[in-house]
Amino acid sequence: MSGLLYLIPIALFLGLLGLAGFLWAMRSGQFDDLDGAGSRILFDEDSSDRKGSEKE
Amino acid sequence: MSGDAREIPLVAAPADGAAACLHCGTALPEGAGGNYCCAGCEAAARVIREAGLFDYYRRRVLDPDAPAPRSQAAPGIDLNRHVRAIGEGRHGIELVVDGLHCAACVWLIETLLRRDPRVRHARLNVSTRRLSIAWDGAPELARELVGRVTLLGYRAVPYTADNAARLEEREERALLRALAVAGFAAGNVMLLSIAVWSGHGGEMGQATRDLLHWVSALIALPALAYAGQPFFRSALQALRAGRTNMDVPVSIGVLLAAAISLSEVARSGPHAYFDSAITLVFFLLLGRYLERRARGRARSAARHLLALSGGIASRIGADGAAEPVDPAELRPGDRLMVAAGERIAADGTVLAGRSSVDASLVTGESLPQPVAPGTRTFAGMVNLSSPIELRVDAAGTGTLLAEIVRLLEAAEQGNARHVALADRVARAYAPVVHVLALLTFAGWLAAGAGPHMAVLIAATVLIITCPCALALAVPAVQVVVSGALYRRGILVKSPTALERLAEVDTVVFDKTGTLTLGRPELIASDGWSREDLELGAALAANSRHPLSRALHRAAPYVAPVTGTVEHPGEGLAWRGQAGTVRLGSRRFCGIGEPGDDEALEIWLARPDRSAPVRFTFVDPVRPDARETLAELSRRGYRIALLSGDREPVARAVASALGIAAWQAGLTPADKCRLLDDLARAGRRTLMAGDGLNDAPALAAGHASISPASAADVTQTAADAIFQGDRLRPVVAILDLAQRAQRLVWQNLALALAYNAIAIPLAVLGHVTPLLAAIAMSGSSLLVIANAMRGGRSAPS
Repeated sequence: MSGLLYLIPIALFLGLLGLAGFLWAMRSGQFDDLDGAGSRILFDEDSSDRKGSEKE
Repeated sequence: MSGDAREIPLVAAPADGAAACLHCGTALPEGAGGNYCCAGCEAAARVIREAGLFDYYRRRVLDPDAPAPRSQAAPGIDLNRHVRAIGEGRHGIELVVDGLHCAACVWLIETLLRRDPRVRHARLNVSTRRLSIAWDGAPELARELVGRVTLLGYRAVPYTADNAARLEEREERALLRALAVAGFAAGNVMLLSIAVWSGHGGEMGQATRDLLHWVSALIALPALAYAGQPFFRSALQALRAGRTNMDVPVSIGVLLAAAISLSEVARSGPHAYFDSAITLVFFLLLGRYLERRARGRARSAARHLLALSGGIASRIGADGAAEPVDPAELRPGDRLMVAAGERIAADGTVLAGRSSVDASLVTGESLPQPVAPGTRTFAGMVNLSSPIELRVDAAGTGTLLAEIVRLLEAAEQGNARHVALADRVARAYAPVVHVLALLTFAGWLAAGAGPHMAVLIAATVLIITCPCALALAVPAVQVVVSGALYRRGILVKSPTALERLAEVDTVVFDKTGTLTLGRPELIASDGWSREDLELGAALAANSRHPLSRALHRAAPYVAPVTGTVEHPGEGLAWRGQAGTVRLGSRRFCGIGEPGDDEALEIWLARPDRSAPVRFTFVDPVRPDARETLAELSRRGYRIALLSGDREPVARAVASALGIAAWQAGLTPADKCRLLDDLARAGRRTLMAGDGLNDAPALAAGHASISPASAADVTQTAADAIFQGDRLRPVVAILDLAQRAQRLVWQNLALALAYNAIAIPLAVLGHVTPLLAAIAMSGSSLLVIANAMRGGRSAPS
């Protein structure tokens, strides 16, 4: 049972890490545009930046 | 790729082999030369070609119902006021963009702006349709950058968040944070609890159980203190006001559960309810967050519609020069310049100039009205033919707007009496639960149990009756149904709108702009040739008169001729090779006085032809109006038409659509009175209207809906707004509201059935933490699952 003494803190720490990650993502605006995020992944930046359009 | 001419990939191969516009894919009329259907498409395509962004055509998915964006003039708005400084030499602006189709539009706008080396940041939020741009340089650059977006064919207007909007956003974020904390805590406490429950057989030592309980307390108590705040605050507010709401039993239950569990843990008791308390808070927060999000999205979309319709006024300063101002800054006595095609920003009196105005939004009148010095004009009218100067007298209590606002307030007070179903249930539920817990406590005490045990059992009664499923019953349905409506272009603004819509038995329509489209369309040929049409359209392209615009819409590919002279209220003249061509009223074209049939018509007189030709127009009823009304009557709704327009026009529409009950020539007060009469007769009315004159009637109806083209006061007053040319959304919203109501009742029944089983168990002291957790989560999930059925597409 002594394993609990360090397993519980580790589990809690990992959980808190997830919570912190979520709060950070929220603060940095990653939940602001859920509809856009899905389509943005389809833009290939190669042909949209200046260099890319020369290549095309 | 160099800048030389490169073929733009064909948009869509027209099925019938006819040529299609290279930009928007509209079939080109036969014999109309060129590759584009209109100048707007050509300009937009040129911008895309010059920027080398051909990928746009490859990527986009065109919606057949909404044509590709065509180039538009930049807004005549003073953008500098909306530019804010960020850091040294850097400026930014927030805009609302209209006309987005798909991801390709987002890509096109962002890439085009980012190509500019001065632009530091350009991002378009697809959910909110807000574009934020930041650039290095003068604030004046805003005009150029925004001009590029409008040249592509999107409408862009500055967005300024008002305080209410900002507050809502902040509250939503706070709720999401609380939800995250509660979710984290609930998950972890539940893990520990499962260990405790599985150890109840005796395999777990008491020391281990106490340890796990203490860790649970350590997680749950701070989380409850943080995430429970929305409920504690609301409960306190209600108690201070001497009322009780759903949050009072929630708060008492949660706090009592935490306190009892803590004392149990302190004396090494076997049962702790931390998991129940925090899971309860998590589920309740979930319901509240979803509810707020659904409503917030509809409201912010409604705000954006208003921002897009809002204009700017040109005030004449002391030096005689016009300066652009926000209409809200106008004061009585100001002098205004209203250019042709502009919307009049304030109630006023014409000082100089003769013109005609389109008053359809204000009075419902479909024909343009002539104005001359001394004529009263009202905010919302559109000046059509030539510039006029106005004196603002909006402060007078006799102005139309003041009158409308007064009627609106009176009508809204009547409507505020409607109490949401959830609140009504809570009012009855809360006292019952409290009395029950108290009786349990007294009963166990009388039966000889110790005070500690009596309190423990009373607390489990409070926990188990905590209206978890009950609190989710209504919001879960509202979220699912208003989300389904949102996807169909219907914005539900009021939280109680769905409930009221479900009770409707009579639908009252306004005519202009609601049953009809509110814009004239050319009737197919009666005596004019295609050549006549093209010449007429070339002249008409120079005018903002609704009939001229309708004529040009009928042949949009025709380039405008230069050098036309507009005679306000009469017509256009143009000196061509063969002599003067005239386009306008009967009198203007020399055919004599207008007849009394009051048809929407313009005439074209050509020097090279003997007789002038006539173009006739109608304000067409919405394409599906007839079937929609038939559908409504089939479902047993009564239908009535209340119009501010003249009698013959209203009669024609009523007979065309088969509406038996109709009245014409009504003032806003008349409409309110008629709706009140209906209400007194026991009828629940849905008022559908778009004009400023309908706003009070919308508030007076039991529920209300208006098209997105409505006046802004009207949109504000309406419970729901529908977008697009079709009337079908009226049926959809009534159907879904009824389905929502059915689901709400089912959910309430489920929640009560759960209580009927759980309460006796709790009163008898049989509820362990394990049982409480299973029962509560189970009933909540059941209610949510039932609510999800509301989102399925309606059987049609």
